[in-house]
Amino acid sequence: MKNKMIKVDYLARVEGEGALFVKIKNNEVADVKLRIFEPPRFFEAFLRGRKYSEAPDITARICGICPVAYQMSSVHAMENAFGVKINGQLRNLRRLLYCGEWIESHALHIYMLHAPDFLGYEDAIQMARDHPEAVKKALELKKIGNELVTLIGGREIHPINVRVGGFYRTPAKSELGAINERLKWALEAACDTVKLVATFPFPEFEQDYEFVALRHSDEYPFNEGRLVSNKGLNIGINEYERNFAEEHVEHSNSLHSVRIGHGNYFTGPLARYSLNFDMLTPLCQQLSKEAGLGTTCHNPFKSIVVRAIETVYACQEALRIIGQYEAPEQPFVPVEAKAGTGYGCTEAPRGILYHRYRVDDQGVIKDAKIVPPTSQNQKTIEQDLRRYVTMYMDQPKDKLTWQCEQAIRNYDPCISCATHFMKLEIERE
Amino acid sequence: MGRIKRPKLAVWKFSSCDGCQLSILDCEDELLAVAGAVHIANFPEASRAVAPGPYDISLVEGSITTPHDAERIHKVRRSSKLLITIGACATAGGIQALRNFKDVREFTSIVYANPSYIETLNKSTAIGDHVPVDYELRGCPVNKHELIEVLSAFLNERRPNISAHSVCVECKLRGNVCVMVAHGTPCMGPVTHAGCGALCPSYNRGCYACFGPKETPNTASMADRWHQMGVWNQDVVRAFRGFNAYAEPFRKESEQHEE
Repeated sequence: MKNKMIKVDYLARVEGEGALFVKIKNNEVADVKLRIFEPPRFFEAFLRGRKYSEAPDITARICGICPVAYQMSSVHAMENAFGVKINGQLRNLRRLLYCGEWIESHALHIYMLHAPDFLGYEDAIQMARDHPEAVKKALELKKIGNELVTLIGGREIHPINVRVGGFYRTPAKSELGAINERLKWALEAACDTVKLVATFPFPEFEQDYEFVALRHSDEYPFNEGRLVSNKGLNIGINEYERNFAEEHVEHSNSLHSVRIGHGNYFTGPLARYSLNFDMLTPLCQQLSKEAGLGTTCHNPFKSIVVRAIETVYACQEALRIIGQYEAPEQPFVPVEAKAGTGYGCTEAPRGILYHRYRVDDQGVIKDAKIVPPTSQNQKTIEQDLRRYVTMYMDQPKDKLTWQCEQAIRNYDPCISCATHFMKLEIERE
Repeated sequence: MGRIKRPKLAVWKFSSCDGCQLSILDCEDELLAVAGAVHIANFPEASRAVAPGPYDISLVEGSITTPHDAERIHKVRRSSKLLITIGACATAGGIQALRNFKDVREFTSIVYANPSYIETLNKSTAIGDHVPVDYELRGCPVNKHELIEVLSAFLNERRPNISAHSVCVECKLRGNVCVMVAHGTPCMGPVTHAGCGALCPSYNRGCYACFGPKETPNTASMADRWHQMGVWNQDVVRAFRGFNAYAEPFRKESEQHEE
């Protein structure tokens, strides 16, 4: 197998449209392209001339999988521009909403998009024939995440209740009672999930990544913190664009991100976990240990285990927030538009999501910049593919192709986001 | 088609956020039953397995924004007995249709450093502008219960039970206080197609028309009322130019107020 071409024209079990192309020549990987052919979408341009208050609803439409992340990054950026800080129960409610999105998004990815790769099924529905209980449990777990988003946000996809300054309506304490019981079940299911996925076979593939994630002094990061890495980065989010750049490459409708002077980097569950292990709950730390993880994890195939740990965390955090919830006096803090620039960066389920807006004194957006997690990871995904194919070149083509797809799905890529912002081909010549 | 034992279902994506097709996976209670009733033959977001056409039912998400997609939709139509569009992008061009009011070349240069790499059309258009469509389900995103209803109706050869009246009727059914009358909150409810269950007014917020125009909407009258409430012209334009900006009644009304 001296020369080979691996091609996947339409990547499955990812959000959006992409393709993979790997070319092997004389037993060396000659070319790797993660092609993004999802049509270009012009959100940053659409935002120009819109009101600041419309940003959470408009940017939610970048992604049907993680709309809460877009809403959170946009409201934080606007509040930053206007000098408003959200504290107390309103801040907690935002965290609670984010817990819901993490639970539903992680459950979807773990069971429906990623687990079938490890167990050798084309999809979760095939998997359900042999493992009906696991799939039913997965659907229930995902449903509870969605119920939490619906309760706080109004609906699971493109929630309607988030506004700059807080919410349109906040729930009474009594409204959270029912979901509390459901979350206790979800916590058990999430713990079982960690135990299940820890038994999956993982290829040896430890890599020396630069992990980039938020880090907050008192909590595992969702909405706030400094941007840190394991290779010396420690900046405020307003310094993002001085440290990271986006490059536009021909084979992709997505922009590739690099840390200036350092190159590609890695964002998402593995990065968050490896940079914030000490902020996880004792239960999460214990489960990680039992699952065979250290305090950092450098094998992207094990991201499925880390997602399960984070699901446990999100259930625990949601229960904690509900346990001490009292309805705030006002559903939102009044904001007054003023001219300025605001920055927001939050932890979407698949990694850091950066927003920057410049608004005028009428609150009209003059300029917007949005950097989704998948475009930040794209260069690292291509690096993984190059190294993986180099290490496992002798495998049969079908198996290698499937494993390359799996290597991409390690990142839970959201291609629709990245083409605001994928296709797989492996060629042997 | 109801005579077919296990109809073949395909799900297609054009320019979109994936939210409407995700609604299928969000039917947690019904998903395994749906997968039993139909053969999910082509659904790349959920499965690597692809069975060749023709398909009995195709669900189409997203709008047409590239020359390639303008061709691809004809292939989808040819391989589908029934074609159902799901969501605002597929039925009205979606938020991507905001480009229809501007010069798309300018947009490309705002987002991408090398605009010459980007191939895109000047307009984002609904699937129905390109091929015949058997049913259009509204919403940004669609309501998953309505999606199950539409699938179930076509599988059983009956008309889908989907209301085309306004969000106002849904507010009355839900017992909501009118946010426009009682709170003075501008609301698109009077001209907006039902389907969400009057979600925004239930959260003390004005409707922002994510389900698009209702049947026979009186947009001019609603715009007048907004003006009386002190809403500026440019905000009226923004309200009609949301997630269904190129639906004809909304497009025409927005053009009336452009300065």
